Amino acid sequence: MRISIEWLQDWLQIDETPQDLGHRLTMAGLELDAIEPAAPAFHGVRVGRVLTVEPHPDADRLRVCQVEAGENEPLNIVCGAPNVYAGMVAPVAVVGAELPGEFRIKRSKLRGVASEGMLCSARELGLAEDAEGLLDLPADLEPGADLRTAMGLDDHVLDVDLTPNRADCLGMRGIARECSALLDRPLHAGDIAAVTPELDRRVQVQVEDEQACPVYSARVLEGLDAGATTPLWMSERLRRAGVRPISAIVDVTNYVMLELGQPLHAFDADRCGDTIRVRRGGEGETLTLLGGEQTVKLSPADLVIADAEQPLALAGIMGGASSAVDAETTRVVLECAHFAPRALAGRAREHGLHTDASHRFERGVDPTLVPQAMERASALLVSICGGACGPVVTAGEIPSVQREGAITLRATRIQRLLGVALEAGVVERILRALDCVVESGDEGEWRVFAPRARFDLEREEDLIEELARVHGYDRLPRTLPRPVAPVPPDSGLKALREGLTRRGFHEVISFSFIDREVSRGFYPEVEPLALANPIASDMSVMRPGLWPGLVTTAAWNTARQQNDLRLFEHGLRFVPDASGLRQEPRLAGLMTGRAVPEHWEGEARELDFFDASGEVEMLCTGLDAPLRLRAERHPALHDGQSARVLAGEDPIGWVGRLHPALAERFDLGAVFLFDLDARAVCHDPVPQFRPLSAYPSIRRDLALVVAEEVPAGDLLAAIEALDLPLLREVRLFDVYRGKGLNPGEKSLALGLILQAFERTLDESDVAGVTDAVVAQLESRFNATLRH
Amino acid sequence: MEQLQELTDEALARVEAATDLKALDDVRVHYLGKKGVLTAQLKELGRLPAEERPAAGQAVNAAKERVAEAIEARRTALAEAEREAQLARERVDVTLPGRRPAAGALHPITSTIERIEHFFAGLGFRVAEGPEVEDDTHNFEALNIPAHHPARAMHDTFYFDAHRVLRTHTSPVQIRAMEQQKPPLRAIAPGRVYRCDSDLTHSPMFHQIEGLCVDEDITFADLRGILDAFLRGFFERDDLATRFRPSYFPFTEPSAEVDIQCVHCGGDGCRVCKHTGWLEVMGCGMVHPNVLGHVGIDPEAYTGFAFGLGVERMAMLRHGVNDLRLFFDNDIRFIGQFGQAG
Repeated sequence: MRISIEWLQDWLQIDETPQDLGHRLTMAGLELDAIEPAAPAFHGVRVGRVLTVEPHPDADRLRVCQVEAGENEPLNIVCGAPNVYAGMVAPVAVVGAELPGEFRIKRSKLRGVASEGMLCSARELGLAEDAEGLLDLPADLEPGADLRTAMGLDDHVLDVDLTPNRADCLGMRGIARECSALLDRPLHAGDIAAVTPELDRRVQVQVEDEQACPVYSARVLEGLDAGATTPLWMSERLRRAGVRPISAIVDVTNYVMLELGQPLHAFDADRCGDTIRVRRGGEGETLTLLGGEQTVKLSPADLVIADAEQPLALAGIMGGASSAVDAETTRVVLECAHFAPRALAGRAREHGLHTDASHRFERGVDPTLVPQAMERASALLVSICGGACGPVVTAGEIPSVQREGAITLRATRIQRLLGVALEAGVVERILRALDCVVESGDEGEWRVFAPRARFDLEREEDLIEELARVHGYDRLPRTLPRPVAPVPPDSGLKALREGLTRRGFHEVISFSFIDREVSRGFYPEVEPLALANPIASDMSVMRPGLWPGLVTTAAWNTARQQNDLRLFEHGLRFVPDASGLRQEPRLAGLMTGRAVPEHWEGEARELDFFDASGEVEMLCTGLDAPLRLRAERHPALHDGQSARVLAGEDPIGWVGRLHPALAERFDLGAVFLFDLDARAVCHDPVPQFRPLSAYPSIRRDLALVVAEEVPAGDLLAAIEALDLPLLREVRLFDVYRGKGLNPGEKSLALGLILQAFERTLDESDVAGVTDAVVAQLESRFNATLRH
Repeated sequence: MEQLQELTDEALARVEAATDLKALDDVRVHYLGKKGVLTAQLKELGRLPAEERPAAGQAVNAAKERVAEAIEARRTALAEAEREAQLARERVDVTLPGRRPAAGALHPITSTIERIEHFFAGLGFRVAEGPEVEDDTHNFEALNIPAHHPARAMHDTFYFDAHRVLRTHTSPVQIRAMEQQKPPLRAIAPGRVYRCDSDLTHSPMFHQIEGLCVDEDITFADLRGILDAFLRGFFERDDLATRFRPSYFPFTEPSAEVDIQCVHCGGDGCRVCKHTGWLEVMGCGMVHPNVLGHVGIDPEAYTGFAFGLGVERMAMLRHGVNDLRLFFDNDIRFIGQFGQAG
């Protein structure tokens, strides 16, 4: 909302600077966005009256004018504007004037004729983007007067952002009401007199949906001059409000909307019937809107204004082209109505529209404005365009100014919510200044009747907010809630993240929506959840896993010469299944490039699968079941380097090498990935002490030959399953193939570490354990001892 | 006995000539060993007349002693020289770059969230979570934003079908927290949120943190106090000016936006604060009675406050990041700047 301070003073004296007023509004919830001067800086421009216009002796397009500009003698001015005429009142920049753009006016000669100034257009004064000729000023302005004073140009416009609850401030009078409350300064009376009807012409009004349209008024005006010029004061105020002048009739309806907040519409009475119907749109009906460029399809969800034949307007949103006023119009039907916010909610948007009218009606227009706005617009039309009015025909009741039903306001509730008591005098003053009727109720209570203009004042808390807001939030106290015990940190995820960063991983945050094709490449078996309105095709489906984001991020970085990458991400994956949608937190990682940072020693090892599986082992130390990896294929992974991660028997994730076909697609080398159920690995059990043995441990190394396809993990699990009390630890320290073994065989070297708590072990203990291990592996895997 | 003198001189010369411990030991064995030549001199004593024996024995012993001393001195010198040589051999260029493990870093959004969680954990706020694909009820209806409410137009919602959306804010977690736990309740809910908007200053995905406190006696003054303390703590400025400005959110009343004094210009006015001296950083208010009512909490018995903030904005202000998009490019040269020392 653009607020001209000059306009505001129709109701209220403003002594504050624009900055101070803007600050006060901001601190009351009407946030100041900008302060603009009503006109750019210029000086030396006066009101001029053109006395004579003579042709220029040497130039067809130039005229020589005598201009009365407050000097003893008229000024001789050469002018090129086509619209100059004798008797015209127009701005004149006298010698010494400075126009916007640091344009100085000097005495000059134009084609041999002396010129003592310049007659100006609105554009030259910075009042319009473009102009067709001189600015035609009202004839009653005094020649010689300073133009800034004469036009009130030393005004400022406050551009204020309104929240959706403050529809009452979508008119200047509502803003004035707000300022009056904030500044504790009375409003001037702004009574609007009714215009006496001189005609008997009237239309029939039939409202078929009284809930959607509780009040509808219409009046016929005849004998209008549609070509009349909108008075300067009005066009100036429209300009400052950011509304482009169109024609006198339209300007008047816009002006009254800006002044009071009530949208109006004028139909050309010669282009519509005598019956106005407010009804639902019919299936298959269409309406071509004002301007003729857009035709909308109507449905029963739309409220329309129609005559007996056809729809004329989308109620409360926009008029139709067929009944629009134009330069030929002499008779209009002026509509002033109240449409309920609920009835219009979402309708304009549905048709891709957003108008000044729909903006207001959706948020709520004071229904009691209907007769006032009708009379105000009628009076302005008759005074500007001439003609006469018929009687106002109204369907429905104009409601009372206050709403029915008192809101009980308790002093105790004020204190309970705000943390401070407000004096009764302050409470009453503020509410009354906001047009509430305030009655004393029981002890410590008031009965408050809110004005209909305030759709946002329905309950006690609404009133308390008003009190706090007008009183000033900054005048309310600051306290702290009563202390409670701090929450112990939830360290599971935090510890995992810190471990990862310490081991060289960078955390990334990638978008939760990805490209459908990329999703298919990684997770062909998942039909991903698709957005109905994606912002781009490469962000159109919800990710079924975190790898696409990590791989895309790796590609971004390697394209920027960052080749040694360890990345991880924590976030949800979205997997649609029969029961709906699973949104599960995952912890996933990516590794590519060198295993250790480049160093001058030059020992450069490339990462391999076991770097990734080692990370998985590190991340799974908190599992409450033993971690196992099982060779299993995943569509995104290399067939021979792909494993399920299991906690006991529960699958909790995957680890492996990115399938070379996918790596190639992203222009990457060998990439290793893991993906874990974050909930499973985020356990951070409190470490429990286990006693240390005072006796020495003994190590025995065994080399066992098994078939190539026997997984080492199974071997280790089989030893663990023996649950030998003396066996502290088993270390797999070598894998050997080749000389001395048959093809298809491998030798696994195990270090058995034995220790007891109560004594030093001897050879028979060692033999017992090794025999048990060897026997188990022989029977389970056909393993043989290698000597 | 001239022979003894000769032998001694010869032994001492060979001791001096020995250049390593091995050679020196050979010298020792040759002269002083059981079969050494000086030792042999003692055995020769028997051939002398008895009266000469004591003097000759003394002379031989003295010679042996001299040689032994010389050997010991030489041994010490050689051991020292050898240690010196070892140290010289093992000298390194201490200025060569050390071997350090590759350092990673948390994403600055995560570290900012952790910092905020940590502050509120100290005040008893527990972390709460909710789904990102959210239903219309939790994202809007329960927050007092019915269909077609003008506030919905401000949200630019991503949706899947008539009932499911990507949550546009973390406020639905308020509702879920209150559905799960009756007051007293203190919760903080960080997470990803989504709006269908993308340009220099808007990302279609970003992060918010929602805070909620419901109890029998929570006031607007408590909200002011707690957010003041938080903002001063977050920006590590005890004198940071803040202000509460009335605003509108359907799910709080009274509602406010919170501004801090511009951290760039200190309030004098600059490009960052659009010459107002203030930066908007949070939205907040007292939980609307309709919202409490929706989750079955009696608004007469309980009051509460809620607040929300944009994590990216807080991170940008704290770390001086000037481009929102950097957070989602995930360039490790960017993320690496936020690693911790040591």
